[in-house]
Amino acid sequence: MSTNTSSGAGVEPRSADSGDNLVQILTPDGEFREHPHYPFAITAEEARGLYRDMALVRRFDTEAVALQRHGELGLWASLLGQEAAQVGSARAARPNDMIFPSYREHGVAWCRDVPTAELLAMFRGVTNGGWDPRDYGFHLYTVVIGTQCLHATGYAMGIQRDGAVGEDGSAVIAYFGDGASSQGDTNEAFVYAAVNNAPVVFFCQNNQWAISEPFERQSRVPLYQRASGFGFPGVRIDGNDVFASLAVTRQTLNDVRVGQGPALIEAFTYRMGAHTTTDDPTRYRVAEELEEWKGRDPISRLRKYLTRTGGADESFFDAVETEAEALGERVRTECRTLPDPQPSDMFRDVYAEPHPVLERQRDEFVEYLASFDGEEASHS
Amino acid sequence: MTTTLNLGKAINAGLRRSMDDDPKVLLMGEDVGKLGGVFRVTDGLYKDFGPDRVIDTPLAESGIIGTAIGLALRGYRPVCEIQFDGFFFPSANQTFTQLAKMRMRSNGALKLPVVIRIPFGGGIGAVEHHSESPETYFAHTAGLRVVSCSTPEDAYWMIQQAVASDDPVAFFEPKQQYWDKADVDTEAALSSAAPMGSARVVREGTDATVVAYGAMVKTCLRAAAADDERSLEVVDLRSLAPIDYETVYASVRRTGRLIVVHEAPMSHGLGAEIAARVTEQCFYHLESPVIRVTGFDTPYPPNRLEDHYRPDLDRVLDGVDRAFAF
Ligand SMILES: Cc1ncc(C[n+]2csc(CCOP(=O)(O)OP(=O)(O)O)c2C)c(N)n1
Repeated sequence: MSTNTSSGAGVEPRSADSGDNLVQILTPDGEFREHPHYPFAITAEEARGLYRDMALVRRFDTEAVALQRHGELGLWASLLGQEAAQVGSARAARPNDMIFPSYREHGVAWCRDVPTAELLAMFRGVTNGGWDPRDYGFHLYTVVIGTQCLHATGYAMGIQRDGAVGEDGSAVIAYFGDGASSQGDTNEAFVYAAVNNAPVVFFCQNNQWAISEPFERQSRVPLYQRASGFGFPGVRIDGNDVFASLAVTRQTLNDVRVGQGPALIEAFTYRMGAHTTTDDPTRYRVAEELEEWKGRDPISRLRKYLTRTGGADESFFDAVETEAEALGERVRTECRTLPDPQPSDMFRDVYAEPHPVLERQRDEFVEYLASFDGEEASHS
Repeated sequence: MTTTLNLGKAINAGLRRSMDDDPKVLLMGEDVGKLGGVFRVTDGLYKDFGPDRVIDTPLAESGIIGTAIGLALRGYRPVCEIQFDGFFFPSANQTFTQLAKMRMRSNGALKLPVVIRIPFGGGIGAVEHHSESPETYFAHTAGLRVVSCSTPEDAYWMIQQAVASDDPVAFFEPKQQYWDKADVDTEAALSSAAPMGSARVVREGTDATVVAYGAMVKTCLRAAAADDERSLEVVDLRSLAPIDYETVYASVRRTGRLIVVHEAPMSHGLGAEIAARVTEQCFYHLESPVIRVTGFDTPYPPNRLEDHYRPDLDRVLDGVDRAFAF
């Protein structure tokens, strides 16, 4: 009885080898491999751009972890190791595409020009959202697992109704994790997208872990295979290969955009850090696993490629390093100087129309706070 | 034997005792196994009871409650952990339309001894959906029992009582108090503990009654201690559905004034419910209207504002002042 239920309880390291059918264009050694279904060419300049994105995003992420350690952020969900999956796919999107992230998509946010301060503000507890998604084609972060997949699908159905499908049309990407694939909402999104032929790409970053639960606690089949049961194509890519991420997402978005219906991309990757800054991965995973995945690091493999092909020299890498340092410093200051909200702000924007009960409550509270003026408030 | 335990460890010890006593008791939830839950409340139980009794579930709350219903129908006593208050909602359908009603639908033939453990409330500086107080939704649903502990002692006994109950029980754990320590007599008999459905006068007083539950009990006790003009009686509700009204009425009849304190939003909340009943039953004893000190009718704010949102000592005392202004 215990054999099946206890699967996932072992301490076997999760292999970086994802088996068959993995789309890979850039090998861990930095070699370029043509893929028969995903023809892909890239200029040295574009490749340098991807390198810069990934290096800066990693620096931002490292800085945010440090800021959390110094008590400046309440929490941070690190993207360490997932830079290629995020940057490649996000750079495949066009400005008029709409993206629905989960909460770890700092690399995607970066590519959509969401200011770093906005991301920090949420984790600092200054706001529960902050930016206007319409400004960036990037929706608010979503904490309740899986919910954004239905929002993305509905948005895509709106695109259809607007007649905005076609070569110049819009498409949607929904980002979610391997754990999220278990949620009812995610599965319902697959159903809705399929029967409506909605222009949405489901982009799953399978980073192998949902907090402490290994992928085996979520599924018996590789996730990309699930798509066929819902009636749309699924493909698995090497999530640490920024070229594969870009090539496959671009082509998939184009298919989806012209009305071929939804698709699922499973980016096979790895969460190198803790789940969030409050997590302790030593309780559930073995150190060798991380070592194995380090050999597939998305940034170092692009660096090897650039060096090997003469696409960049040391001075380029140094310049990115310098830029990353400056970014780190800017982010530090930015975070520390984020102003706290005013108490009355919590009553703002709750309703679009006037709400007399809430307004009264706000006025009474403001009056109550004013009663402390001139004395030392003894909030506990 | 008396042991010093924090509230989280007291729940752990209570669960362990229930699991030792009854092989049908199962734990299930996200990360409850190897990790011991995100608050480590189930720490060590996976190691000692194995993966068939401490089940790491897929990341799907509807699945947790839905399969717990099936397990209960098969004779098990599942204790489900919902990781945080705000993540209960995907399982709301299973809880409200299925779990709560099945017994009555079977004319009492079926029993549904499912416990849903939910860390609730704010005060830990968390991000969105990690600080909510959704207890009213449960209390408003017939067929469910809803309780909340506020001390390690209560936590230890109430979790065992909840597991032993043949009704579904929503067990609200004040997460801000997981690390609060106190002495617990872990060897007394379960039958000697205060009944799960009873309220408790935790501080006697003569001038006004303050009713609270969960983490607010501590706040109210501090307010009572800080008030050197008036003698405040503090009642820990403990059970939110059903409410032990007799204890509340008796206290109000003694003091003549009532202040109800909770973190959940004010409108349509437990405070409103208690105020209505007390007005009905103690009208001639009341010296002033029942006052509510609560969270606001807003979404739970970002954590930089949570100390304003959650009633604190000053706001409780301000509520008391208002009761005495009549
Ligand atoms: C509905 C819901 N249940 C539980 C949680 C708590 N939780 C936050 S992240 C997480 C794991 C998510 O894993 P996965 O979907 O694989 O994404 P990853 O964090 O690995 O990127 C859990 C259980 C939540 N946020 N929402």
